[in-house]
Amino acid sequence: MAVMDATVAELQHESPSARAWRRLLQRKSAVFGFAVIVLFVLVAVFAPLIAPYDPTQQSWGAIRKAPSLQHWFGTDESGRDLFSRVIFGARASLLAGVISISIALGLGVPIGLLAGYGGKWVDAVIGRITDAMLACPFLILAIALAAFLGPSLQNAMIAIGLTATPIFVRLTRGQVMSVKVEDYVEAARAVGNPAIRIAVKHILPNILPALIVQATLSVAAAIIAEASLSFLGLGQQPPAPSWGSMLNTAQRFLTNAPWMAVWPGLAIFLTVLAFNMLGDGLRDALDPKER
Amino acid sequence: MLLFLGKRLLQLIPTLFIVSLIIFGLQQLLPGDPALAMAGEERDPEVLEQIRRQYRLDQPLYLQYLYWVGGVLSGNLGESMRLKEPVLTLILQKFPVTLQLALMAIVISVSIGVTAGIISAVKRNTPTDYVVNVVALWGLSTPNFWLGIMLIFLFSVHLGWLPASGYVGPFEDFWLSIQTTILPAFVLGNSFAAVLMRHTRSAMLQAMNSDYVRTARAKGLAEGVVVLKHAMRNALTPVVTLGALELGTLLSGAVLTEQVFSIPGFGKLIVDSVFNRDYAVVQGVTLITATTYILLNLLADIAYVLINPRLRT
Repeated sequence: MAVMDATVAELQHESPSARAWRRLLQRKSAVFGFAVIVLFVLVAVFAPLIAPYDPTQQSWGAIRKAPSLQHWFGTDESGRDLFSRVIFGARASLLAGVISISIALGLGVPIGLLAGYGGKWVDAVIGRITDAMLACPFLILAIALAAFLGPSLQNAMIAIGLTATPIFVRLTRGQVMSVKVEDYVEAARAVGNPAIRIAVKHILPNILPALIVQATLSVAAAIIAEASLSFLGLGQQPPAPSWGSMLNTAQRFLTNAPWMAVWPGLAIFLTVLAFNMLGDGLRDALDPKER
Repeated sequence: MLLFLGKRLLQLIPTLFIVSLIIFGLQQLLPGDPALAMAGEERDPEVLEQIRRQYRLDQPLYLQYLYWVGGVLSGNLGESMRLKEPVLTLILQKFPVTLQLALMAIVISVSIGVTAGIISAVKRNTPTDYVVNVVALWGLSTPNFWLGIMLIFLFSVHLGWLPASGYVGPFEDFWLSIQTTILPAFVLGNSFAAVLMRHTRSAMLQAMNSDYVRTARAKGLAEGVVVLKHAMRNALTPVVTLGALELGTLLSGAVLTEQVFSIPGFGKLIVDSVFNRDYAVVQGVTLITATTYILLNLLADIAYVLINPRLRT
């Protein structure tokens, strides 16, 4: 009984972040997702040390070789080692996922705070712009933006980031609307804190859980979007490896070298699955209703 | 109801206005002289002059916008630089192809997604529920262009059952049309089925715990009748409207699916136009897609109000 009382007391004094961690670690699928993400991040960071070959080095004597001990994933139409290209491709995908969602967060959160906290007219104008941007299907707007900006990985990231921005504007605004009527915000206002300080110091930390969940799920969507743009030729440009552009090439050699299509697709699938699993787990762990 | 409809229609005006500003604004992202970018390889001063005149690039920006939007309102979306045809004509030619694909994808995804969602809710916390949820997560995480490539390999290259690419219209040869579109429609409907499954499952779980289902059970009705007649009928209302909101994703997905299967639809038109610097077509397709999506949202809202009498007042 004494032990139980101690555990209950410990749980009561548990900080919100510690509680979220504990709840997250109880979810096997979220832990699996997190582990896969860590693995892919390590692979991307240490790519030059892990990859057995230079990912852009062509070898005319090893064109379209099936997987073997020498080339674990086989080789492509220019004799390049697919294992090395998949490893280096992780860089483009993860960078695109993280940078584009950072752009969306960097723009969307301040605009959403402004909409939620700035008054009726500001809110109405931002609301209409957000509605209009959300009305354009995600990939079609990203394709149009990437087309006008010019094909490159950098522009693809900007296009995806801008296209994902209204999601964060709307989420932040909604969260601010529900948090700003709370007593602690009223109290902060009553003691004369300026609006910016209230927004950054009091409101932002309380809407962070919802933003973290959405950002994690959006990284998954951004990775698919980058792979899609690269598949269409609007993202990473050859010879630099990217999972999407590798699939584009693989499609032409499906009859003779099907392995060219298997590995990059599997890599996208695993990464996106991992982010979706972690996102679902975070949503459950950070949901106040489940506490 | 009329008041609601009037309000919603009025709200469309600013949204459509801002959509038009965004799509017109895309042109301003072109680096350097837009006429040079639009002309591509062409450097003939006469051609450049013609482009400047056609798009009124020598006029102030607001006038350029007014001319463009005036044209759009009178049904003139510009002319394709590559195909020398009005953009609207091109879109109208390609739209039925994408529509067929989207409709087939909806039928496939509703059949799979709604059925799986109901089974998953009825068999809650059993291995069946677990498997259905895993499959849904798999569907959400699979890039549809990769799924398309893998299915082409299996059904076309390996088994030889279905054509790998191409398109035949349903009025030319119905069965061949089904054969050429069944794989792309499945690929397109894949993630939509997963979304529908998740929505259906949560709506069904809510319905199964409601008082009217408890009453139906207490009356001694068979479990099948309780699930299909009482719970499902009520659970499907939010699913229908949420499903309509996801239709925009189908339009995005069609771009990639049509590219993988070489289907000459809406999506392939935008991709081909991007690579041929046919910017008028890119703008036209984006505008029509956004407008379609906005109208679908409106229809979803109306359907929701019609189905749910409590919202009519």
